[in-house]
Amino acid sequence: MTRIAISLTVNGTPTELLAEPREQLADLLRGGLLLTGTHVGCEHGVCGACTIEIDGVPARSCITHAGSCDGAVIRTIEGFGGDAVMAALREAFAREHALQCGYCTPGMLVAARDIVLRLPEADEARVREEMAGNLCRCTGYRGIVRAVLRVLAARRQGLQD
Amino acid sequence: MKPAPFAYARPKDWSDALKLLAAGGRPGAGTQSLGPLLNLRLAQPDTIADLRHLPGYAGVARAGGAIRIGAGTTHAAIEDGAVPGRVGEIMAAVARRIAYRPVRNRGTIGGSLAHADPAADWVAVLPALGATAIALGPRGERRIPTAGFVTGIFETALAVDELLRAVELPVLPAAARWGHWKFCRKVGEFSKATACVLALPGQAPRAVLAALDAPPLVIEDARALMADPVAEAARLLDGLSGLTAWRRAIAGTALRHAVELAGAA
Repeated sequence: MTRIAISLTVNGTPTELLAEPREQLADLLRGGLLLTGTHVGCEHGVCGACTIEIDGVPARSCITHAGSCDGAVIRTIEGFGGDAVMAALREAFAREHALQCGYCTPGMLVAARDIVLRLPEADEARVREEMAGNLCRCTGYRGIVRAVLRVLAARRQGLQD
Repeated sequence: MKPAPFAYARPKDWSDALKLLAAGGRPGAGTQSLGPLLNLRLAQPDTIADLRHLPGYAGVARAGGAIRIGAGTTHAAIEDGAVPGRVGEIMAAVARRIAYRPVRNRGTIGGSLAHADPAADWVAVLPALGATAIALGPRGERRIPTAGFVTGIFETALAVDELLRAVELPVLPAAARWGHWKFCRKVGEFSKATACVLALPGQAPRAVLAALDAPPLVIEDARALMADPVAEAARLLDGLSGLTAWRRAIAGTALRHAVELAGAA
């Protein structure tokens, strides 16, 4: 099958790639760029493990073929090193025991960061609703919800000071 | 699983897109429904014609007394208020309950309607709101009432040489009452039974029952349902064949909840 040329900006670096048209973005990132922090779980958009940022918003990289992303700006979990919200979430995830095996964690963090920034007033019910698209088989979700709420509360506090 | 091989084409304009369609290309938009089918190899198209980059594919505009929503407008944009007025308020609440935000960021209203999964949200909601599908074919645009758009499971009234270009919604008065209820055991999963009721001042209310593995059932005059939801739901469900007992029960429940919500709003 003929490969197609794709330009992506991945974690701040412009990149030219060749991809099979059938290749999903997650597989290109993992296999082509060795960015293995993006995890592939269910491969039909339900589990959320592959959630990354495409053009600034979270999206499923397992059901988005690479060709449709030509020209896009991609940020994977490896690209959030200098991000203050992500740093706060990482710390809260550790503190609240929001992960065990870690398979779901990269997708959880990308989804959680979107909630913190988009829905600063979210309460527990809203956090649970918004996180319903990310499955965890270890924690039972309580720690994850507490971690997201902790960051939301800290930011609200910070904004008042 | 990984998709079977296919070729990828990005049409630069609408006539290019129609040519690709005529050559057997499968239209793709956000691929949030098509993507899973590709991965499961339930869909094995030779070519995907990616419509996402077509001019005017996404966006909302007032068109006379109506609101025209480009087929490529995402659920997330609708959730965030892209559609103005009362109808936009209703659609934003519906959009928020479609799958999950990362899916809504990419999935589109037109892609979902043209995909015609009976359990999908816009398949049920657009007929209830009185929407019209705008198809584009070699002879130009054709208007199809959404009440008759979905004709079967993954089947629509689009001709083989037509694409879905937009949907058109009526402007609704602020006093429009709306009820929407779907049965999902988990947030974001596909509905097992969906009901909607739209009641406009001075008009007979309209209801839709959907997500029952069949095209939506549109009840243009739902006065009897509003008057006695239990008895009328039972009568309507008697007319549907092949429903298991639990499906029948939740379908009746969906209708009753939708009526109640429309009454309260």
